[in-house]
Amino acid sequence: MRELRGGRRVAIALALGLPLLLPGTGVGVEVLERTLENGLKVLLVEEHKAPVATFHVWYRVGSRNERPGATGVSHFLEHMMFKGTSTTGPKEFNRLIQRNGGWDNAFTSHDYTGYYTNIAADRVHLPIALEADRMVNLLLKEEDVRMERDVVLEERRLRTEDDPSSAVVEEMYAAAFKAHPYGNPVIGWMEEIRQITRAELLQHYRTYSIPNNAVVVAVGAFDREALFARIREAFGRIPRGPAPPAVRSVEPPQQGERRVVVKREAKLPFVFIGYHIPTLNHPDSFALEVLASVLADGKSSRLHRSLVYEQQVALYAAASYDRLSADPSLFYLYAAALPGKGSDQVERALYAEVERLQREPVSERELQKAKNQLEADFVLSQDSIFSLARQIATYEMVASWREWERYLPGIRAVTAADVQRVAGAYLTADNRTVGILVPLAMKE
Amino acid sequence: MRKGRAGTAAAGVTLALLLTLPSHPAGAAPFATREALPNGLVLLTAERPALPIVTVRVLVRAGSLHEPADLPGLANLTAVLLPQGTARRTALEISEAIDFVGGTLRAEGGQDAATVTLTVLKRDLATGLDLLADLLRSPAFPEEEIRRKVQQLKGAIAQKAEDAGTVAAEAFAAALYGAHPYGRPVEGTPESLPAITRQHLVDFHARLYVPNNTLMAVAGDVTTAEVRALFGKAFGDWTARPVPAPSLPAVASPPTRVLRRVDRELTQANIVVGHVGYPRRSPDHYALSVLNYILGGGGFTSRLVHSIREERGWAYDVHSRFSPGLEAGPFAVTLQTKNETAGEAVREVLAQLRRIRQDGITAEELQDAQAFLTGSFPLRYDTNAEVAALLTQMELHGLGIDFPARYPDLIRALARGEINRVARQYLDPDRSVVVVVGKQAKIALPF
Repeated sequence: MRELRGGRRVAIALALGLPLLLPGTGVGVEVLERTLENGLKVLLVEEHKAPVATFHVWYRVGSRNERPGATGVSHFLEHMMFKGTSTTGPKEFNRLIQRNGGWDNAFTSHDYTGYYTNIAADRVHLPIALEADRMVNLLLKEEDVRMERDVVLEERRLRTEDDPSSAVVEEMYAAAFKAHPYGNPVIGWMEEIRQITRAELLQHYRTYSIPNNAVVVAVGAFDREALFARIREAFGRIPRGPAPPAVRSVEPPQQGERRVVVKREAKLPFVFIGYHIPTLNHPDSFALEVLASVLADGKSSRLHRSLVYEQQVALYAAASYDRLSADPSLFYLYAAALPGKGSDQVERALYAEVERLQREPVSERELQKAKNQLEADFVLSQDSIFSLARQIATYEMVASWREWERYLPGIRAVTAADVQRVAGAYLTADNRTVGILVPLAMKE
Repeated sequence: MRKGRAGTAAAGVTLALLLTLPSHPAGAAPFATREALPNGLVLLTAERPALPIVTVRVLVRAGSLHEPADLPGLANLTAVLLPQGTARRTALEISEAIDFVGGTLRAEGGQDAATVTLTVLKRDLATGLDLLADLLRSPAFPEEEIRRKVQQLKGAIAQKAEDAGTVAAEAFAAALYGAHPYGRPVEGTPESLPAITRQHLVDFHARLYVPNNTLMAVAGDVTTAEVRALFGKAFGDWTARPVPAPSLPAVASPPTRVLRRVDRELTQANIVVGHVGYPRRSPDHYALSVLNYILGGGGFTSRLVHSIREERGWAYDVHSRFSPGLEAGPFAVTLQTKNETAGEAVREVLAQLRRIRQDGITAEELQDAQAFLTGSFPLRYDTNAEVAALLTQMELHGLGIDFPARYPDLIRALARGEINRVARQYLDPDRSVVVVVGKQAKIALPF
């Protein structure tokens, strides 16, 4: 699920490449790509630095595939995928994995739903049959749907109902996207979660849980050919399904600033501003990535240095670019005001930094710093095989895993003029949606 | 993984793999090495050359355990000010230097220790190490930086009140530990922070930030010899001083159950139920790890998740945890459930604690827990950061450099009687602190 992070951006921005690994892409791994007859794509990476492995099955289904009135069904289905199939009881999957020292979980986003198991490398075959099983044989019992609905409602209360900053984020997205489903929360609106039926879940399952809508990714200390053979054996028999309906919505260009206010019991004013920007498929995406780094990476970054350190108006100030998105998403700036400071001060200070970047190109040193940060991030992100698998899978969901290898060369080619240009083109008042938290006094 | 054997031989091999998982293949290199410099600084090195990165994790035994009771927040403020200016560099120069190489350099306070972490690409290790040594040995504590940081901390403290989970956890700690440092947040309070002067910080640093009070774990593209040479040069002439042990109040669970209700405009009650636990050095840690996995640490296989989430749908997040430190950290069950089901959930938590005390665990539960804890060890300590964190924990609590090799046997040696004994000895539902943060008008508790 979409997450906020303060300070140093981490999120989905994945740096790539370092001359010490391999010149050019900086990717020190080799991806074996195969596609089964039924359309299931398989991406395998051998990594023998530790006797561990991570096995993923990701489906191209998320909140972007949902209809108004029935939001949250993808996330709810993700929960139901743990409730048992006609051959495997609800507890058996977890028990088997954990008894073998593994851990499994899942997540849903706007664009995809991913299921994974982290386990010792010599047991990586254990989740294969189980994942193939639940791709096809999920039971979706009525009483399980009823029980799990309560759990999902509790999750929503935890994440949004009782969290003032999250409530602002949700409100801002709803305003920023009037036509496209990105305006809906991944978990769904409260009253719509309550009304999701078993029939709807089953329909969603049949439509999207098919091999030609899925990707298997595994990274670890296994033999990839042997693993592929097992994957093909388990998944190969599953028939291809009809291509799921395409998402038809296109968000029209925004032609004027939008502002939304949320009043909640809270302590600090909080501002969350989104700008419409293109995805990784657009040549500007690399410059936008560098722009986000200049703005928010590290304590010497523009926003932190100016708002937190020098002006002392913000508790934190950060930026993030939602680059790995199936459809155009947002570039956002956010900050919480220090006690005694107002959200308007913080807002103005954020725009002042944007305007500086629009007026003057960054120095060569600052540009190089951003590139160094993105490159180092990328190398570091390969330390975790789980993180590596997630990157490959995310790229494959929204574009192609090969774009991951093109990331660093793209970053390296960005010029100061590019950064200035995209700041001017995209971070404009008419293109922004501003979410503001107005704190109501808390009883103490 | 073995290749291509057919039929029953393969089945036999697979079965064997399911039953046993060696933690180290025979003849494997040691997990890490340990050396102490003449001034007492401990260096722990895990050679992991797969990626050209280095993670350094420094622990200084300068947590809030060591601050005077009348200066809450001193230990944390000292720690977080380390990067905010040294004898040679301003705060901005430090952040610019580390950011430029794409590294990270962070300092934070804690209860047992202050932690400074450095991550750099191998090629920038010299730069990173120079900054690290500068921060640790020569922080300047400029007045302006103190003032700035105190403002920020006040903001952070204020914002904590927005997070019901934090409010619950802090109310729980305060009720359980009272005047003991574990009872208060490390940041201090908006009232206590302005009382801290520059001299306090300088003195605290001089007293506690000494090599014989410090341990450093280095994980990544380095060798033991390299670490010895580089770190020996950077820290070899750091002067040791004896560090007195802090005098701390005793800790004990309350004689009878204590209830704390906090009224907030929330849809969910944030609940913590728990009591005093044990210190990490206790030999019962391993039996208690097994117990906790079964009770509420093992996710969907645990009793609490099964009963409260799966069977009743009352919570998304429910778990139990022991947090052993240098002192006896807490045991706590944590969950969030809508206000209307808070009372029933608290009743069920207490019932589960009583049941496991009374009836003990099953043989199957023991086996599953042992299998998970031993089998998952390599997964939990996989990245540089995880390895470095494990190394510092090993050293801080005197577990020995061979701890990873010994761990599986420590778990496997446990018998059911042992787990049942620690359940009776360490779980105490009738002497627990119960905290409920939520809309109290909608919450009906069973007491």
